[in-house]
Amino acid sequence: MSYGMLEVLKGIDLSVAQRELVFIIGPSGSGKSTLLRCCNRLEDPNAGTIIVDGDEVTARRVDLNKLRQRIGMVFQQFNLYPHLTARANVTLALRKVRGLSRRDADETADAALDRVGLIDKAQSYPAELSGGQQQRVAIARALALEPKIMLFDEPTSALDPELVGDVLTVMRELKDAGMTMLVVSHEMRFARSAADRVIFMDKGVIVEEGPPTRLFKRPKQKRTRDFLRQVEH
Amino acid sequence: MEQFLTQFFNVSLMLEAWPIVSRGLLMTLLLCVVVVPLGFAGGLMVALLGTVEHRWVRWPLVVYVDFFRAIPPLVLLIVIHSGLPFAGIRFSPFASVCLAFFLNNSAYYGEILRAGIDSIGKGQVDAARSTGLNALQAQIYVVLPQAIRNVLPDLVSNTVEVVKLTSLASVVAFHELLYSAEMARSITYNASPIVMAAGLYILMLWPVVRMLSRFEHRISS
Repeated sequence: MSYGMLEVLKGIDLSVAQRELVFIIGPSGSGKSTLLRCCNRLEDPNAGTIIVDGDEVTARRVDLNKLRQRIGMVFQQFNLYPHLTARANVTLALRKVRGLSRRDADETADAALDRVGLIDKAQSYPAELSGGQQQRVAIARALALEPKIMLFDEPTSALDPELVGDVLTVMRELKDAGMTMLVVSHEMRFARSAADRVIFMDKGVIVEEGPPTRLFKRPKQKRTRDFLRQVEH
Repeated sequence: MEQFLTQFFNVSLMLEAWPIVSRGLLMTLLLCVVVVPLGFAGGLMVALLGTVEHRWVRWPLVVYVDFFRAIPPLVLLIVIHSGLPFAGIRFSPFASVCLAFFLNNSAYYGEILRAGIDSIGKGQVDAARSTGLNALQAQIYVVLPQAIRNVLPDLVSNTVEVVKLTSLASVVAFHELLYSAEMARSITYNASPIVMAAGLYILMLWPVVRMLSRFEHRISS
């Protein structure tokens, strides 16, 4: 993966098991987000292969729009559609891509909003919601399509500290329900308690990986140690 | 003073000219009803094509928009109506006006809409695409509704311009408001029908312009 002359990702070899929560940490510019965005091809890698749930995402003739419904994505800036209510944010893809009737789509959307604890905000517009609520609606929007894997791109980085908890709670519930998750985040405490595996990336390569207890307590690489020391305080 | 009033505000002459002028007014309205939606639709196409990053789409589009924004609409109209017949292509006055306005308006509306689309963050398209919407659906359901709202004042003020420019159709003998008033003037040797036409244009557009000002004021405050 590269932008012009700048190679962002080089030789990443990573596989995620079903129901696994893999946490990706690393300094900014290390390629974490790019790696995530390659998984549903919001960025096009110029070499390499990515396989999700048995289908090669990077294949030349793949029905990306169909595949993307099985890969949920949550963004740092939420990216809710400001001109639509919370419910309409969730139903848009259900109706236009899945072809569900308004009634069925509303039902599915309400179930998803209920799951993130925001059923009473279904009629609210994004501007009327707090950042944490907006991010939960964004999670519901992805969940409603029943994805096989969820990608979280710094889901709490744009939130006020007191709102982070609600989003992490929803993510933990997802994990407990058996969702496969790939999370780029700086929430080390969450990583410690919820992640199955932590990956430390720097300058486009995976420097080190392992279970959180091991990686946080006894990092093998100097780069990992330096990074962790910087983040810890 | 007396002479001024009979020359410009002769009410009985205005009433006499009303049948001709009112027919002209109807034709102007008809022209607007055809030309504005057509131009807007063309503008949408131009703006949507503008989101395609392929250079074989991009370059012809740049040339198209630049050309039709730079050429005076009156010149374009005369080229179509009086020039093309030399190439064996003949359009009725109405068709000539529609074509000229479509070419001109689609370029202008297109640029306005493009500015609107540019004002919407890339994250919106990312989110839409990540849920499986294709590129066109993402534009239609997510980007355009927000983009149009952002450039609504510009769209309305361009539409006011278009309505005023329909008077150009008089040049190719299309019987719209100005042409009819001018005909009535040449029969009566009196400027009152022209004044009446001017009054009708203002009557049509003043409420729109007023609303626009209030709307823009509200946005800026």
